[in-house]
Amino acid sequence: MPSIKKPLIPLAAMPKNEIGLTIRDYEGSMSTLCAGCGHDSVTAAIVRALFELSVPPHKVVKMSGIGCSSKTTAYFDSAAHGFNSAHGRMAPIATGANAANRDALYVGISGDGDSLSIGAGHMVHAIRRNVHMIYVIENNGVYGLTKGQFSASADIGSAAKHGEANTVAPVDPVMLALSLGASFVARSFSGDKEQLVPILKAAAQHRGLALIDVISPCVQFNNHYGSTKSYRYVREHELREIDPDFIDTGREIVADLPRDGALMVAMHDGGLVRFRTLPAEYDPTDREAAMHYVNQAHARGEIPTGLLFVDESIPDVHELNHTSETPLVELPFDELCPGSAELEEFQQSFV
Amino acid sequence: MQATDIGDPNYFHRVVECQWACPAHTNVPEYIRLIAQGRYSDAYMVNRETNVFPGILGRTCDRPCEPACRRDRVDGSPVAICRLKRVASDLRDDITGLLPVAPEGKNGKRVACIGIGPASLTVANDLMPLGYAVTIFEAASQPGGLMRTSIPSFRLPAQVLEEEIGYIVDMGVDVRYDSPVTSLGSLLGDGYDAVFIGSGAPRGKDLELEGRHDDPTHVHIGLDWLKSVAFGHISSIGERVLVIGVGNTAMDCCRTARRLGGGDVKIMARRPRQYFKASPWELEDAEEEQVEIVVNHAPRRFVTENGRLVGMEFDVLEWDEHARQSRKLDTVFLPCDDVILAIGQENAFPWVERGLGLEFTSDGLPVVDAVTMQTTLAGVFAGGDAAFGPKNIIWAVAHGHEAAISIDNHCRGIPVGERPPAQMALTSQKMGLTEWSYNNDYNPSPRQQMGHVDLTKRFQELHLEVELGFSAEQTMREVQRCLNCDVQPVFRAPLCIECDACIDICPVACLTITRDTDSESELRSMLTVAAENLEEPLYISEPLAQTGRIMVKDEDLCVHCGLCAERCPTAAWNMEKFDLRLGRAGIGALL
Repeated sequence: MPSIKKPLIPLAAMPKNEIGLTIRDYEGSMSTLCAGCGHDSVTAAIVRALFELSVPPHKVVKMSGIGCSSKTTAYFDSAAHGFNSAHGRMAPIATGANAANRDALYVGISGDGDSLSIGAGHMVHAIRRNVHMIYVIENNGVYGLTKGQFSASADIGSAAKHGEANTVAPVDPVMLALSLGASFVARSFSGDKEQLVPILKAAAQHRGLALIDVISPCVQFNNHYGSTKSYRYVREHELREIDPDFIDTGREIVADLPRDGALMVAMHDGGLVRFRTLPAEYDPTDREAAMHYVNQAHARGEIPTGLLFVDESIPDVHELNHTSETPLVELPFDELCPGSAELEEFQQSFV
Repeated sequence: MQATDIGDPNYFHRVVECQWACPAHTNVPEYIRLIAQGRYSDAYMVNRETNVFPGILGRTCDRPCEPACRRDRVDGSPVAICRLKRVASDLRDDITGLLPVAPEGKNGKRVACIGIGPASLTVANDLMPLGYAVTIFEAASQPGGLMRTSIPSFRLPAQVLEEEIGYIVDMGVDVRYDSPVTSLGSLLGDGYDAVFIGSGAPRGKDLELEGRHDDPTHVHIGLDWLKSVAFGHISSIGERVLVIGVGNTAMDCCRTARRLGGGDVKIMARRPRQYFKASPWELEDAEEEQVEIVVNHAPRRFVTENGRLVGMEFDVLEWDEHARQSRKLDTVFLPCDDVILAIGQENAFPWVERGLGLEFTSDGLPVVDAVTMQTTLAGVFAGGDAAFGPKNIIWAVAHGHEAAISIDNHCRGIPVGERPPAQMALTSQKMGLTEWSYNNDYNPSPRQQMGHVDLTKRFQELHLEVELGFSAEQTMREVQRCLNCDVQPVFRAPLCIECDACIDICPVACLTITRDTDSESELRSMLTVAAENLEEPLYISEPLAQTGRIMVKDEDLCVHCGLCAERCPTAAWNMEKFDLRLGRAGIGALL
């Protein structure tokens, strides 16, 4: 942990966003993670995305479980709400919170242990329900907090720090999400904020669960030769061919949008995601094609990154459950709980 | 882009803004850290190495370091560098055992210096330890030159002056007081191996207007008047005093007049206040002593009645926007008992015979090489105000060091243009994983204000020093304001894994990893925060191992907090202290 708190230095007029805040207003407490941890870069990307979207800091709800990844919610947006749940239980807690107050931005931070091992079942059902949230998996392939054992996302053949190779097949959260019918599936890399920030901004505008698998190297236990989740390996094998660029129509002039054949996908509340794809026919709205493409890339030992699949037509948890437009937390108590007489009448309707 | 050559002593020197701005290149951050540790004697000696007179300069320096200070860019007020210098001087122990000593065996070379002011004393300070026999000729009976005669003792106590001059003279300098040099020719005939002219700019300018000489006893030339006060020849002045001039000497004149009985003292200025030459703090000190500052008044004539000065007439002016053109609005009469003229000073060389080969410029200054300090006469050197006109003490010291190098070269048969090179060292400050040998935390304290002696008290005794010096609490706060610009984040590209940790943690967004480009202006626009201050360099790395991109640091923004190095997993960034060793007389002989 740094010896000092990141000082607030009034060096020059810092840029302000639409609600008059600077990027420093979206920071949290000092990170206690190892120096060089990929998770800190993900945190910095979240800070930038929230700042650029002018999200009111108190309208954010930070959800997490247990693990290095789950500590990171403390390191951004000090003014936000938050819940640090039991191991693997981030998804159900977020689902409950989301049901009670749909009028907030849910930022779930999890890891490959929290979501692909102990909490895998919960993640699966949150995807099925299309809970309205950003679901970030900070994926480093090891259990860093317990000194570097292989996690469920370690690739076959990837070597541990002391040499032995993993022999058990990995869970790939991207393929898992695609097969479960997820509405927004992305993969990115903590060392590439140019890509990660626009994906986070698009995820914040997405209606439903936006799953982002972020390869975030464990600098302490999984950043060596032989690891498939080191900074070097990812840089050498990353296929950054699906390049998203988030455009909030609220602040961009439509006439400025390039007409270079890039594919535009409208987000639910007006933003646009511009895809610039190098594989000529890649269509991020075609689930089968996306699965095929990701599978083939994996077979070649490549790591495709970018916003791989998006479908804004899939109903989210609120539409599926016909919940009230007004967040439940804002309903007057007598509407939320009409009383025994109403209950009696309701039950009688089944008779 | 070409990667930055951090092995060039000039690169990091430029980043240490205070040291770069100081004509003598005093290692300011180093001595401030020593003060923070309570090592006042060591802090004093670090000062003395370059500026020779820490106690004197800690009270009187023109402080070119302070406007340059990085802290000024951060919170609008620089570190009180000059005040801290005085702290080191005030609180030092006996340092005589740490001073350089002259060897018993002399090298057989004799050097004559003219005038015992800061320039000549610096020459003696540098040459005596090398075995030179230095003789200083002085017209007055006491040492110090203008430091003694034109700076009032309530700003610079005589004891401080004498102590620091003593450190040099006590090495065995042969000082000839009351011995004005009347002929350079005959001095050269005495067989000295080299001559140094450090005689200052001792003549105050006169103001030839109508009535100037009608009552000479009540119209004074500032420099001469201050000198007479310093030597005790003058001890009173009239009730109403007009001081003509807007420089630091004018401020000293009016403050001295307040102490000698002047109740109504006015500074009379032709132009608006922002064009004054006086340092802002000296102006403030004068105003604190109830000196009235009257602007836009141009002197017109001296008015006498029955042979007694009764006042002066002024044209009241109105200036255009940049005070270039003026328009006369009115003529006014201001009554007064005395007038002090402080409108500048000039050099006087009646003792230099024309025809010796020592050439003068049209301004009456000797032609002196700005690097070697040599005049057009080989073996004759000059420095300080005598060489380049009125500047200030710290410049005279800087000239003295350079002249000493030249004199040493000259006496050893080495061309004076061969300067001993500056050397540098970078020393890691790492003490532990996130621990440094300097205090890297940013301290938001405001600049500490100097305490002053009570107004009533200070007018009772002429020699009572006005500034009290910093208290222990003030010192401890002020030292922590220093950003340690000499502790450099040093980057080693082959170690970098491009994890972005340094960029994420930097509190001022001065770091960027970006693709390379051939154009510096393009690179400046590509940074996390566009680097718009073209005065400040960019620190550019070799291409990085994984992506071939480059790491760029904008030196304008960096506050040297060390967080980049604390968050770097591979120590590609490390905090290293930059130590500059300037060339000095005698150093060349060792290389």
